[in-house]
Amino acid sequence: MELSLATRTVGEHTVLEVGGEVDVYTAPRLRERLLELIDGGARQVIVDLGRVDFLDSTGLGVLVGALKRLRSANGSFALVCDKEPLLKIFRITALDQVFPLHPTIEAAIAADPSGAGA
Amino acid sequence: MATVRLSFSPAPVHVRTARLVGVAVARRAGVREDLLDEVRLAIGEACTRAVALHRQYGLPDPVLVEMSDSGAYQVRVVDRAPIEAGIGLAALNADELANESLTDEALTTGVGFALLAGFVEDLQVRPVDEGVGTEVRMVWPVGR
Repeated sequence: MELSLATRTVGEHTVLEVGGEVDVYTAPRLRERLLELIDGGARQVIVDLGRVDFLDSTGLGVLVGALKRLRSANGSFALVCDKEPLLKIFRITALDQVFPLHPTIEAAIAADPSGAGA
Repeated sequence: MATVRLSFSPAPVHVRTARLVGVAVARRAGVREDLLDEVRLAIGEACTRAVALHRQYGLPDPVLVEMSDSGAYQVRVVDRAPIEAGIGLAALNADELANESLTDEALTTGVGFALLAGFVEDLQVRPVDEGVGTEVRMVWPVGR
């Protein structure tokens, strides 16, 4: 399944809903969209992986890039994911210790240390 | 024994095709259904690594994927990049992953290796027997 990207705003947060396959071919499109959002001023970004059915190292690299970019801009970045196969990928790569991972968008907003969800 | 060989130009768009073929052959070989996601991911990572190496060295040669089911399901992914580029793989810990100075390429390589090592119990990365290049060899049990 091809990559799908949709953006919406929830309060102060920008939510990027990602679907389909994120791999070496499609990851550049995800990177472009994240850069567009951040360059456009988004500072509290949540990426919802709920409809992702494949995620490889290239896609993970793009997500880490966005995390670092937002961190250096005093922003926040979180992932929403409740699929065990994807969570296993985060555990195996130790990226579960790098990303804030939440089961729902509401949980991600509530946990945002920037306080925008309070 | 059945063998399926696929060779493809080193372009990212073809990695998905290799994944699909690899999983189809695995299913036919009798690999358990609950392992197929891991087979798909591992074949994708091995092919992504090979494509990246060919592009890094400007090599137009095709990447070879060979699948066989002699007793177990074995997949070989063969690149033609200089050996010193291919063997030096290392997983990264959480601190290294979050380090600002880590390049995107190094991060993706480290994460890709962690996925291969994490999902494939029987994994070997070694020089090819003839000529230049490395081979990622992965083996999964078959259930019948």
